[in-house]
Amino acid sequence: MSGPLAQTPTTDEFIKGLWRDNPVFVQVLGMCPALAVSNTARNALAMGLATSFVLLMSNAVVSSLRHFIPKQVRIATYILVIATFVTVVDYAIQAVSLELHKALGAFISLIVVNCLILGRAEAFASKNGLGRSTMDALGMGLGFTVALFALGAVREMLGSGTFFGFPLFHENFQPWIVMILPSGGFFTLAGWLLVFNVRAQRRERAAALDEEALR
Amino acid sequence: MNGPPVAAGAPPSVWHMYRAMVGVGLGCAVLIVSVYQFTAPAIARNRAEALRAAIFHVLPDARSSRSFRVAPGDRFEAVEGEAPAGSRLVHAGYDEGGRLVGLAVEAEGMGYQDVIRVLYGYAFERDAVIGFQVLESRETPGLGDRIETDPAFLANFEHLDVSLDETGAAPLHPVESVKHGQKQHPWQVDGITGATISSVAIAAILRNSTAWWIPRIRRSLDDFREAP
Amino acid sequence: MSDTPLWSIFVNACLINNFVLAYFLGLCPFLGVSGKLATATRMGGAVTFVMLVSSVCAFGIQQLLTAIDAPYLRLISFIAVIASTVQLVEMFIKKVSPALFRALGIFLPLITTNCAILGLALFQTNKGYDFAQCLAYALGAGAGFTLALVLMAGLREKLELAEVPDVVQGTALSLVLAGILSIAFMGFAGLGG
Repeated sequence: MSGPLAQTPTTDEFIKGLWRDNPVFVQVLGMCPALAVSNTARNALAMGLATSFVLLMSNAVVSSLRHFIPKQVRIATYILVIATFVTVVDYAIQAVSLELHKALGAFISLIVVNCLILGRAEAFASKNGLGRSTMDALGMGLGFTVALFALGAVREMLGSGTFFGFPLFHENFQPWIVMILPSGGFFTLAGWLLVFNVRAQRRERAAALDEEALR
Repeated sequence: MNGPPVAAGAPPSVWHMYRAMVGVGLGCAVLIVSVYQFTAPAIARNRAEALRAAIFHVLPDARSSRSFRVAPGDRFEAVEGEAPAGSRLVHAGYDEGGRLVGLAVEAEGMGYQDVIRVLYGYAFERDAVIGFQVLESRETPGLGDRIETDPAFLANFEHLDVSLDETGAAPLHPVESVKHGQKQHPWQVDGITGATISSVAIAAILRNSTAWWIPRIRRSLDDFREAP
Repeated sequence: MSDTPLWSIFVNACLINNFVLAYFLGLCPFLGVSGKLATATRMGGAVTFVMLVSSVCAFGIQQLLTAIDAPYLRLISFIAVIASTVQLVEMFIKKVSPALFRALGIFLPLITTNCAILGLALFQTNKGYDFAQCLAYALGAGAGFTLALVLMAGLREKLELAEVPDVVQGTALSLVLAGILSIAFMGFAGLGG
């Protein structure tokens, strides 16, 4: 059925999605929902979890059926599977909380065109066993959720002065409104990318210096 | 995994392609329909509760409600369960004794950023709008969205005069908006400084909506008398 | 359903609620293709065309689904139609202008995952537009997308000559540009009035 479930490769699949290959900050995928629903921490978290669910289920299904689906029709079937799970999530959220559904709006349905999910199905799940695909999905999903949450938390704290609805600052705090507006989304993501780039650059310089030292 | 693996380089048979697509398609269809059926009662319950909460908010004395739709001849007939698509709805509120206390009307119109949907409560005995709630809005946070939170603005709708003229066909004084602090008559809406367009939009929404609904409601008031 | 005049819908979709700068739809092509002005214009044209066709099909599908009372099939049918339209457009462009086909490269099939197109179909369904309003909406959305893309391309071409710190170069800089453009477009609010 699936490849060997050796311990190290599996945990590595999980970890890489969190940091090294983080979908939003490193691969820069799935940005549309990342910016659109990250105006509060709660919405960002809900969106991240919904996307992770779809990613997990579609990776699992694609991986299980990978020998059954011929190459020519694979993209069409992947999209069919992803759209199905997105529809499932859509109705599930409506049943749990209409208010959350209204907050996330059409972006729940837009999970289906999140390049991240199709990307993982194509690049990984179609070539790997169920166990590794599941781990990959969990890692990427978690990385995506963490990234979204980072955006949402910053935007909510600066833009409304609250965190999950709880006021953080004194009444006199003037919220930085631009942060909850679309522009704030762009700026915040740019800020986080900056942080990642600086780290990457420092790591490269350190590696280069090490090489110099060794010679 | 089912089926023999396809040898690399060999063209897949059409049968394999059909089998994959149809098989996956059927599986997906079954899953979607099952989830839909499974969640439908919960969703309907959520919707009804949300509507009831909004109605009770704009009609403070109401304890039960019933929805009506416009029937031919501008009469109103009760709607049980799902209303037919495209019907215009109004909701009647009744107190514990089953007496009609007022009607909640949905209205919408263009705001600063996008369409705003509101629910307002009309008390026919006082000939005025007595409650107001924003259902959906995308106004600018911190500025336009003060139409939902600003207490001075919301106080406009505790008693907004919409009485009709002698013919009963149109409001005597159409709802109008005035600059903040200049409200003199009960049919005026005091605006919000810094959110002029949004507050003017609300006044326009109410003006258009009351002009259409209030004459019809008053003409056929008896249609609403029966409590559920 | 709504009585909004057609020009107002067009202006709204193009300027006030610009799909890229206000709704964050279509960001992948926006950040990927907006390097060169010529490619940007053509991408905008292709997207507008796909939007128009998808909008009409989405309207038809919605009528059909309402008639058979199967709202849960909406997402799947929309995405199927969009994928097919993009496939057709790709074949058409390949035949008519191979140079353009090569220039657009990978981004053409990526229009399928362009959230802007699916977003358009979903939004117009939610708003309950009739046929003429759908067309105005699609045209406005396409025009707005093209406008944002062209503006971005112009800015980025100019910035290639400027001195920018390495850490900001690339996507981070484009995002900052997009943020500033977004603020600028906020000035259009109230235009639809």
